[in-house]
Amino acid sequence: MARALITMPATAQKGEVVEIRTLIAHPMETGYRRGDEGSVLPRNLIRRFTCVYDGETVFSAELHPAIAANPLIAFSTVATVSGMLTFTWDGDNGFAQTERVAITVT
Amino acid sequence: MNTRTVRPLRSTTRRALLHTALGLGASIVIRPAAGANAPTLESAIRVFASEAPVKVGRVLLDIAPLVENGNAVPVTVSVESPMTAADHVRRIAIFNELNPQRDVAVFTLGPRAGRAKVATRVRLATSQRLVAVAQLSDGTYWQHAVDVIVTLAACVES
Repeated sequence: MARALITMPATAQKGEVVEIRTLIAHPMETGYRRGDEGSVLPRNLIRRFTCVYDGETVFSAELHPAIAANPLIAFSTVATVSGMLTFTWDGDNGFAQTERVAITVT
Repeated sequence: MNTRTVRPLRSTTRRALLHTALGLGASIVIRPAAGANAPTLESAIRVFASEAPVKVGRVLLDIAPLVENGNAVPVTVSVESPMTAADHVRRIAIFNELNPQRDVAVFTLGPRAGRAKVATRVRLATSQRLVAVAQLSDGTYWQHAVDVIVTLAACVES
């Protein structure tokens, strides 16, 4: 499991726009670089990120090699109901990671 | 004195050296573009907008104009939009001019995003132009282009 960091408020008022910052430890190897022995390092990327909240994908991203290592993605969503936000990263070599963070909406 | 006869010789060598250095510099700058078989920036945007006209405005691509380290460059894209069910941003894409691939990222939003603002960190292979394109719910496309100077490039070894 890669180390993932998700920063967002634990509580929010209904209708409030909450900011979410996500960071995951991943090399995002482009497939264009050469290693110490001169051979091209195989591509190893996170290709997709999604955030599901209240039964709906509220945000998703398609990532390409030009995204820096340890991809940071910051976005926002409207607080609707108390519950879980599910964050999923999918990538090459079967990389898949899911994190859940709770939010209390008043 | 003997040194007087030597001096012109030394200056021509220095001139020749400068020329070689200039040539080397140029070849390094050109290489990332020449090495890639990627489409041009304009055609990548055309494909994203599916041939629809892309107007300038409404989008703000926020990036430092002078980047010291191309390996992780903070980028923020925001779009003027009320983000309601009737009028919101559907997609935001970032493109580059001279990396091996034109695409950087495509973000899919909706009215539940609340605010049309996304941030990430990108790699830049060399000084180049970056373009952010937004697709609104009414089907129009808007863009903002920024020229960036990179002093330490990402993936120089490739």
